[in-house]
Amino acid sequence: MASSLTTPTASSGGKIASLEDYFSVVGPSEVEEIHALANRLAGRSVKMVNSTAVGGGVAEILNRLVPLLSDVGLSCEWSVITGGNDFFEVTKAFHNALHGAPYDAPSQAFELFLSYNEQNLRHQSFDADFVVIHDPQPVGLIKARKSSPPHWVWRCHIDVSNPNSLVWDFLMQFVPRYDAVLISSPNFTRPLPIPQYLFFPCIDPLSQKNQELEADFIRKTLEQFSIDPKRPILTQVSRFDRLKDPVGVIQAYKLARKYKDCQLVLAGGGAADDPEGGQVLSEARAAAGDDPDIHILELPPWSALEINALQRASTIIIQKSLREGFGLTVTEALWKKKPVVASAVGGIPLQVIHKLTGVLAHSVEGTAYQIRFLLSNPSIAVRLGENGHEHVRENFLITSNLKRYLLLFLTLSGAV
Amino acid sequence: MRVARAPFQFFAAATLIRITGQRAHTLTDLLENIRNCTDASVFNHTFQSLQQHHFLTEGFSNDFAQWALAACNEPRLAERLASLDIRHYAYLAALRTDLVNTLETYLLDVPDAAQRKAFEPFYFCEAVTVAVPTPWQAKTLAEFCEGLHHVSIHTVHYHFVAARLREPLTVNDFSFWFEESLGLKDLGDRIDLIDIYTNTLEGVRQHILEEATPWLAA
Repeated sequence: MASSLTTPTASSGGKIASLEDYFSVVGPSEVEEIHALANRLAGRSVKMVNSTAVGGGVAEILNRLVPLLSDVGLSCEWSVITGGNDFFEVTKAFHNALHGAPYDAPSQAFELFLSYNEQNLRHQSFDADFVVIHDPQPVGLIKARKSSPPHWVWRCHIDVSNPNSLVWDFLMQFVPRYDAVLISSPNFTRPLPIPQYLFFPCIDPLSQKNQELEADFIRKTLEQFSIDPKRPILTQVSRFDRLKDPVGVIQAYKLARKYKDCQLVLAGGGAADDPEGGQVLSEARAAAGDDPDIHILELPPWSALEINALQRASTIIIQKSLREGFGLTVTEALWKKKPVVASAVGGIPLQVIHKLTGVLAHSVEGTAYQIRFLLSNPSIAVRLGENGHEHVRENFLITSNLKRYLLLFLTLSGAV
Repeated sequence: MRVARAPFQFFAAATLIRITGQRAHTLTDLLENIRNCTDASVFNHTFQSLQQHHFLTEGFSNDFAQWALAACNEPRLAERLASLDIRHYAYLAALRTDLVNTLETYLLDVPDAAQRKAFEPFYFCEAVTVAVPTPWQAKTLAEFCEGLHHVSIHTVHYHFVAARLREPLTVNDFSFWFEESLGLKDLGDRIDLIDIYTNTLEGVRQHILEEATPWLAA
């Protein structure tokens, strides 16, 4: 299959994002500060490269970030590499292997990976001042780098702290040739001979998943799912995946329920197109039994507004993952000023500072105890929610991400 | 109204975090790494963390104290580390020495704690701060108040907290300007007393504005 780079149209809901749109969310001083940084980079060019234009967190972020970089005066282009199904099967296997899954990589896999990267780099120029390559799929494009600037950085969205060594060693022929690696959490890193910068994932406060909602819409959403708005609601939003431990959430709810009246909502997708997801969903339903206060909702991917409404209607948000990436569902909950009870895994402790911006738990029993504690102490729950909201405003919004990129470009180019 | 000898320029300051690769799994590791880490790391985990958590007024003074409490369950050590007030340090080397002394003393008292594995590692990071001028400049106290009202919390941190490590040492930029350019030493002294640990940075801003208001007619 022929392969080439394409340039997606970065937009949101048909409207190109502008920094001024965020004025009411982050305040005029933050907008002013971003402009002050961007002015130092006016006219400089940026090229973002990833492997998909739609679907997935990276495309979601680029969809907003690219127009914002353009809006503040940089010339920003977004390109997507293309490849056949065989390429994406290999990169999916690489992805899982980098997360630590066993992978007996055949040599053809590496040849195929290199071949598609070669094809992609032949079809595109890389003369922007700053080239940002996202994730492993296009990592080989670094071969297009000339000896002098432009500056190249690799944005690794994956936890590579414990990778399959065969795949990681293969990538290491490319990674040290970049100027820097951008990584989501300090515990996701590997020892590298180049600088590594902390780039938190982020949420867009204006997206359907996070925007403010009318009380009436929230009420109707609860009605739609037969959830009682007058009683406390505990919610976990996650794919039906064993690593999200939905059965553990149900067990914690059942323990807490002995002391405090409450309902449980498990909302997520991933069961329809994933055989394991279907099985996990069945296990969750079996664990729920005939409890009418447990609502297991299998939602389609276009349910952003409904998810938003369920989060906003919740008394407590739970994220009882056994393993986690960064945990953007936690970020979403904190942004909505919700008290969060979450496991101390992956990037969650960066967001949930125990007893300050939420509470961490390490077991079913601990989760149940923290739920009881927060239901019994609503003023503490409110304070945690307020702090969590500020924590997200400071660190995990798309505007913070924009600022981080500006800082990175200024640092790389020695413009400060 | 007094006109300053030199205008006050508000700077926008933003920070990129570099992950150094140093990490601590025990208090002994922490001690060793604090001895060896860069000044930018000491800055990041003390001065900078105060900005990163500027909205908290309790329980958070520096990353080392927070880790001693949350990951090592050593509240006495956490309190001692938290009591190191960054305003008293003109040099990061002096702050580092006190951090090391505090840890050494504690581990002598409680040797069992030295090798106990923390619940999660401490990751050393460095702050890379970039400061650029904002459009806000003041020649009078009234203009200063207007500027302070508008600038971001990061600007407040840059001028009021981090400034103490820049020349002239241990003085915040606001108090220095009040004294040197406006001749308002008393106002500068009063502002310097505002507690950055029991106030949010937004609270600090409000206190400065409240302190300055009676002087507007001067």
